[in-house]
Amino acid sequence: MKEISLHILDILQNSVEAGAKEILLYIKEDNHNDKFRIIIRDNGRGMDEDLLKCVVDPFKTTRKTRRVGLGLSLFQMTARQCQGDLKVLSTPGKGTIVDVVMSYNHWDRPPLGNMPETIISFLMGSPSMNLKYVHRFDDRKMVFKTEEVKEMLESDEPFKTAKVAYMVKGFLEQELLKLYGGEPDG
Amino acid sequence: MDKLKSLDDLKKFREEAKKTTTTRQETESMIIVGMGTCGISAGARDVMNAILEELNKRDLNEVNVSQTGCIGMCEKEVLLDVKLKGRERVTYGRVTPQDVPRIITNHVINGNVVEDLVVGKPEN
Repeated sequence: MKEISLHILDILQNSVEAGAKEILLYIKEDNHNDKFRIIIRDNGRGMDEDLLKCVVDPFKTTRKTRRVGLGLSLFQMTARQCQGDLKVLSTPGKGTIVDVVMSYNHWDRPPLGNMPETIISFLMGSPSMNLKYVHRFDDRKMVFKTEEVKEMLESDEPFKTAKVAYMVKGFLEQELLKLYGGEPDG
Repeated sequence: MDKLKSLDDLKKFREEAKKTTTTRQETESMIIVGMGTCGISAGARDVMNAILEELNKRDLNEVNVSQTGCIGMCEKEVLLDVKLKGRERVTYGRVTPQDVPRIITNHVINGNVVEDLVVGKPEN
């Protein structure tokens, strides 16, 4: 994957496949301490110990359409190349946590990439998902909750409407610009 | 489209959003994008955003967009399916963001299948 955000999108899709209704996505870009942390926590069906042991093995997958499962192994490879690692914690019936840490300033670290496009393409495909997205950059913080959009529009699947998705994407672009210390335009 | 200054701006859009939710159920046009690991690494996110741009530009709020996981044709990703009401489902393969306006104009709006991009009609 060319961007970390594509790995994130891939892991978010795992949560959908696991039947999750709620997802927390936490990103921390800690330049001072040279640490990049990504946590994805869902309330999907979770995995038992046996499955958990082989979850990053590319030749184990629960799907039937092909015999390899690459998502977590690819992300783990990226993390390990950057002096970090990917760990999976899971409780059957409760959910799964994917915890990734790596060196922020490592040569081989792919860019985070386009988060607004990542979030919106995810929500268009799963418009009823409750997603909380927390993004920290050094000492600044941004929080986006799909619940707020749902409440405001009184709709359970607000991102089914292209206009809503488009507006929220623009909103996220501005918020991230602010997070990185730029001035929002307009 | 004006940018949202805050999420509160969405409120102004509430009534309109409700209206489109009700019309959608009657039309039932579907676009489905393959978003497994294979789809994502082949560019599914960019295709999804191209769909969003096109739907928004054309004010097509009644089209349903959905995602699916890997269906086993990884080498043909990005896979994009179009299902119009009363018509058979058509699968397009190796779709790029540049193909999206053509698929939406020709197929979704006018009902003409874009034959050169078709890889299968799996339900028949």
